[in-house]
Amino acid sequence: MMEVLDPQTREAATAEAVLAVTGLDVDIRTPTGTVRVVGNVSFTAYQGQTLALLGESGCGKSMTAKAIAGLLDPVASVAGGTVRLEGRDLNAMTPRQRREVAGPGLGIVFQDALTALNPVYTVGSQLGEAFRIHRGMNKKQARAQAIELMRRVGIPEPEVRVSAYPHQFSGGMRQRILIAMAVALGPRLLIADEPTTALDVTVQAQIMALLRRLREEEDMAVVLITHDLAVVAEEADDVCIMYAGNVVESGPVATVFSSPTHPYTKGLLESVPTHARRGDDLSSIPGSPPELKSIPSGCVYQDRCPMAAAICRQERPELRPTGANQFSACHFSESLRAGATATPAADSVASPETPSTLQEETR
Amino acid sequence: MTQTLNAPKLRDRGPRPQKARLGGPSMFRMLLRDKFASVGALVLGLVVLVAIFGPALMGELATKQNLMFMNKAPFDPANGWAYVLGSDSLGRSVLARLVVATRTTLMVAVPAVLVALLIGSLWGVWAGYHRGRRENISMRIADIIMSFPSLLLAVVVLYVFSPSVANIVLILAVTRIPIYMRTARAESAELQSRTFVDAARTFGTRPNSIIAMHVIPVVTPTLLTLATLEFCYVMLAESSLSFLGIGIQPPDVSWGLMVAQGRQYLQTAWWLSILPGLAIVITAIAANLLAAWLRIATDPAQRWRLTLERPAKKALKTAAKEAK
Amino acid sequence: MLTYLRKRIISSALPLVVVVVGVFALARMTGNPASLYLPLNATDAMRADFIAKNGLDQPVLVQMADYFGGLLRLDFGTSLRTGEDAAAMALRAFPATLQLAAMTMVIAIVLAIIVGSAAALKPNGVLDRFASFVSMAAASIPDFWLAIVGIWVFAIYLGWLPTSGVMGAAAWVLPVATLVMRPFGALVQVIRGAMVTSLSEPYIKLARSKGATEYRVVTGHALRNAAAPALTVAGDLTVGLINGAVVVETIFGWPGIGKLMIDSILQRDFAVLQACVLLTALAIFVLNIVIDVGYALLDPRVRPTAGARARSKARAIAPGPDSTTPGGPAVPAAAGANA
Repeated sequence: MMEVLDPQTREAATAEAVLAVTGLDVDIRTPTGTVRVVGNVSFTAYQGQTLALLGESGCGKSMTAKAIAGLLDPVASVAGGTVRLEGRDLNAMTPRQRREVAGPGLGIVFQDALTALNPVYTVGSQLGEAFRIHRGMNKKQARAQAIELMRRVGIPEPEVRVSAYPHQFSGGMRQRILIAMAVALGPRLLIADEPTTALDVTVQAQIMALLRRLREEEDMAVVLITHDLAVVAEEADDVCIMYAGNVVESGPVATVFSSPTHPYTKGLLESVPTHARRGDDLSSIPGSPPELKSIPSGCVYQDRCPMAAAICRQERPELRPTGANQFSACHFSESLRAGATATPAADSVASPETPSTLQEETR
Repeated sequence: MTQTLNAPKLRDRGPRPQKARLGGPSMFRMLLRDKFASVGALVLGLVVLVAIFGPALMGELATKQNLMFMNKAPFDPANGWAYVLGSDSLGRSVLARLVVATRTTLMVAVPAVLVALLIGSLWGVWAGYHRGRRENISMRIADIIMSFPSLLLAVVVLYVFSPSVANIVLILAVTRIPIYMRTARAESAELQSRTFVDAARTFGTRPNSIIAMHVIPVVTPTLLTLATLEFCYVMLAESSLSFLGIGIQPPDVSWGLMVAQGRQYLQTAWWLSILPGLAIVITAIAANLLAAWLRIATDPAQRWRLTLERPAKKALKTAAKEAK
Repeated sequence: MLTYLRKRIISSALPLVVVVVGVFALARMTGNPASLYLPLNATDAMRADFIAKNGLDQPVLVQMADYFGGLLRLDFGTSLRTGEDAAAMALRAFPATLQLAAMTMVIAIVLAIIVGSAAALKPNGVLDRFASFVSMAAASIPDFWLAIVGIWVFAIYLGWLPTSGVMGAAAWVLPVATLVMRPFGALVQVIRGAMVTSLSEPYIKLARSKGATEYRVVTGHALRNAAAPALTVAGDLTVGLINGAVVVETIFGWPGIGKLMIDSILQRDFAVLQACVLLTALAIFVLNIVIDVGYALLDPRVRPTAGARARSKARAIAPGPDSTTPGGPAVPAAAGANA
């Protein structure tokens, strides 16, 4: 735990960049016009490490994941930027090349395992599908592989349950099957899109442990999408905080959480009720995120920012370095950094007693 | 009312307060926005006008036999306007007979739809609101009516009680009641668990008042859409019965009966059966187009499609094209 | 599965009985066949003799008891018209109807799958518009008129096809083409709708994330999920064809059960009518069972007993890590079955 959090032990120099996203834009067409839901997003995920995309629901983090995996809905499209998986530009690939990468190069774990698994096929045939597509195996061989995978992710009696249907499993078991499917072909990159949101708290911990174990075994890069600060603090090496479709701050988790250089990050960390005693008011960020149709020009956070000034309304701040590997999109990040070390909430977040989540909007 | 349901949704949309008027844009303006539905409404209006005023104007012509004028082909200006659609084997004007048949056809279809709509809806709403045994028994009855060969039922009734217009209406209404019952029951059962119905119940409102004030207004748009489709079905059913000789009986005449009577002259006078059939098809398509529009216009979630200005619609189309 | 089947059989047997009893009672109300089968100048004695011979002087309940007693002995009565065994007449006519229905449904289903899937893949595309046009036409065009137009164009005007009869492949074209319209129009909408729904499900994304080809995604995943709802509608449509191909059979002189039924109604040939109704009701009963079984095969979620067996088996085996975690609440596998 500690070594994950300690920036000194990070092998940033030797770790290989698996996924490099630069300037990614995603647009959605609506009846009233085109809306940019992801704007100018950049980050890099390294081999054997976990990068967390953190943000409230609707901030564009899932859309970013779908854009990387090439699974955008027909109304959405990548409008700009590059996505490089081990140096190859995914956006420039033909559909056929993309299919060849899907599975062996990149695996994705979806949020709700019940709807993500096809209800009319046994889990065995769905687990084996990847082997039949990419390795040309027959049914029998694929089934053997499926049993092996189920054993690997800790499903008891895989020889029997390989013939069961998704609805005959518990939520946690289904999520394990989904994870097994994503890692079936030993991908270099695993994208986990809120893999534990639909699960009980105790099962959540097991699923996160499974993801950690598989990451170490396979030496994959993991992009973890979540709205859970505690999960980020425990599991991630780097964090990328998104707000209204834009990255507002990124960097090593320990650095970002101990000395945030963006007022949104600071607001998030302060809203975690670790030091709250009975009778204390819980701190929260006033207001709500802007509608994506009406994102203001200038800084995306201006309406809720306690530090907003004239320049914030006129000019959108670029992501710029504010420390070792740390980047922030705020005109006043320097002044925040100066006062940050004194923020009491910072170190406590690194080992929270209670899991806390960002306020999820009702869907 | 539908307004009660729509109002919060419209308010949620935030900007554009001018669109938040209760009930949204007027139905008439939304109808004009849909070209196909406008044509459909126009055709149905015309059919109704013909049914009301036509027989008074052309009734005599329809029965006037002219043995010198047998089986004249249609669209021949030499025969005069009365024979523009040709004449039958007794020299009667097909146009005049079509006009008279319009009234008979509507006299069967419209009352049959209204009776079935009224009984089926009320019964279904009542069953759905009360749930339990009343609901179960009602639905079993509906199942049995549905599983009965309706043709057989028609024949029996029409033999026992003579094939009059009233009896045809009766038989068509009875066999279609379950359709409305099922829809009304489903909607009403869903509604009776909603908060605003609960609220009314807490105030001690009696069930019948709740049904009248809260349930019926909400289910009405759906049922009206269904009734428009059913008009089409009932009209086809009547024409099938008449075609088989167990519906409208001569000397009365309906479109279906005209098709049947003209069938034996298919080799020599195609217009005798093709043209009345065409009248059925055109009226049915008009009803279908109107129903398709009605379904969208009464659905708060889809209504925006009909409120788009033309430029926005065009932009949507080009955007869709670019996507390909 | 067997318990499930037994339940379904019992619940669909009730309408079967109601229909047979109802038809018996209703048919007796259509009037006395004596006036139809005896010469106009028949004496009262002849009339009474005819009525007594056919048991028509008995109260309806007694007639019904006689009839059902006869059924148990496989005696379906004889035709008033021809004096032939009623069951034999119905059985002879039935294959013609079944063949026509089977041919129609096969063509309708194949076409609907192709057009419906293609329409769902490109909403608002050419095929989608074609599909909604056909559906609307199918709901608006009376089949007897379509048949007459077909005869007029292809048999009379072009002279390509015969106007009626069952001889040769050409005789099949018009009846099948007329009948195909309605099931095709209904099925294409159902399949399109189900495909649009299933194509937007997350499991489609999962399949794509495994690198499945578009063909595999559409046929293997989307269509496979759309199959169950389509089967139900196809079943109802087949029932409609067996029950009500009367108009088309009459126009094309197709010697099927619909034509036999309407003839025996018009001629008050009760025994034949009842045999026809009984036979179609039985066929529909069997068809419904087959569809239920097919549905359960297509959608594992509705196999109650099979599911229960797998669940109890799952419970019997060693509990998984989900439930052995100290302090963690056990999540029984059954919990997922209800979701």
